Amino acid sequence: MIKSLKVLQNPLANSSYQLDILEHNPTHKHASFKEKVAGIGMLPLLAVGVEIFQVNMGKMCNQVCKHCHVDAGPDRKEVMTRDTMQLCLNVLANSPIKIVDLTGGAPELNPDFRWFVEQIKALGKHIIVRCNLTIILANKRFHDLPEFFKLHRIEVVSSLPSFTQDRTDKQRGDGVFEDSIKALQMLNAVGYGIADTGLTLNLVYNPAGAFLPPSQDALEKEYRFELMKKYNISFNKLFAITNMPISRYLDYLLTTGNYDKYMEKLIGAFNPAAVKNVMCRNTISVGWDGYLYDCDFNQMLDLKVTPATSQHLADFDLSALQNREIILKQHCYGCTAGAGSSCGGAVAD
Amino acid sequence: MADHYYNAEDLGKFGNIGEYQKEMADKFFSYYGEVFKDGALTAKEKSLIALAVAHAVQCPYCIDAYSSDAYEKGFSEAQMMEAVHVASAIKGGAVLVHGVQMMNKVKEISM
Ligand code: SF4
Ligand code: SF4
Repeated sequence: MIKSLKVLQNPLANSSYQLDILEHNPTHKHASFKEKVAGIGMLPLLAVGVEIFQVNMGKMCNQVCKHCHVDAGPDRKEVMTRDTMQLCLNVLANSPIKIVDLTGGAPELNPDFRWFVEQIKALGKHIIVRCNLTIILANKRFHDLPEFFKLHRIEVVSSLPSFTQDRTDKQRGDGVFEDSIKALQMLNAVGYGIADTGLTLNLVYNPAGAFLPPSQDALEKEYRFELMKKYNISFNKLFAITNMPISRYLDYLLTTGNYDKYMEKLIGAFNPAAVKNVMCRNTISVGWDGYLYDCDFNQMLDLKVTPATSQHLADFDLSALQNREIILKQHCYGCTAGAGSSCGGAVAD
Repeated sequence: MADHYYNAEDLGKFGNIGEYQKEMADKFFSYYGEVFKDGALTAKEKSLIALAVAHAVQCPYCIDAYSSDAYEKGFSEAQMMEAVHVASAIKGGAVLVHGVQMMNKVKEISM
């Protein structure tokens, strides 16, 4: 079994070591992201509200994908407790935030996942679950997840880096493609991704290698055609996401000698138009232990939000967070390359 | 001048050719950009054609660029190799079919 960087005691499991490579390492010197943003007159970059409340329910996962920015895996034990979930619910009950985005790890592995979903739903919020697909097949107790998602009208977002087996398995592990296809068919069977059901199933593409995603529209067309032809699978939208040069993907880039070239690619593709729509501007990201971050990437780099008085759910202060200054580092180039990248795919209009 | 003719970094300097003749370079790059857009053929299909042609003209810069581009656009290793075989077959065939000229000539001058 492949292990997480943390369990392998790889120095890259340490966020300050990662930041050191990204920010200060003289052999890997690249143009500063902050200066680029200053150059287009957008520094400091400020949030424009909090519309999406993204909760990382823990680092435990049934997969160990090579590119994972969470360094998730079966050997990670950090999961959100019910007490911390209750703090999330307190915040949500007292705020106009309408969208809750549940991620991980595999959020479904959290023992209180279903309870949490029911409580959020009772508050009338829209829920997105980032489901890795294979979890549905991982154990009998997860086989009814499609029905559970349907019951709560959850929007499902799932990764499938290719419509071919070899590329998917290279990135996500042996057998992942086959199980993902079965899981997609199970989701389709209850109505997900099928026209007029109102049950949304979006797919995520991210490159299986040291390169940037091609055109989202072209990919979506191809996925639609191939998945229907070969497996009779349909879905709503495809989001093309850029891999972030942090955690396990950073490890991959460094060990294969691709790091500098990849950074140059990201920098060369810097798109000023993508800056104004980066997802941190309307999102708040909550860690498994209740701390607050600008996004899931800053969370993994342990960069807590700037307002010192509102860095944890217990002190959540919407007025301080909604126009906070975003913490920008070199990895942010991953959000602004080409058509841009976010949890909802390309961002440049 | 480097002591070898090809240098990987030079690919990144392609855009600089405008330094010596801007107008023609601008026209070339705008034409080039237009050619590779989605049209009657998709940008993806064009990438595979470019990969095959890159091998036929044996341009290391183009091979570098279109090996990445075709892979990024989703072609598999086997598809890319088959494209190279197409280039090879056409090139090989082009040599061999001239054998007919050779035969014609020999037949003309032999008894
Ligand atoms: S990328 Fe997602 S599915 Fe893969 S190991 Fe990370 S959290 Fe799990
Ligand atoms: S990495 Fe996070 S903080 Fe940086 S631009 Fe992207 S979403 Fe914003």
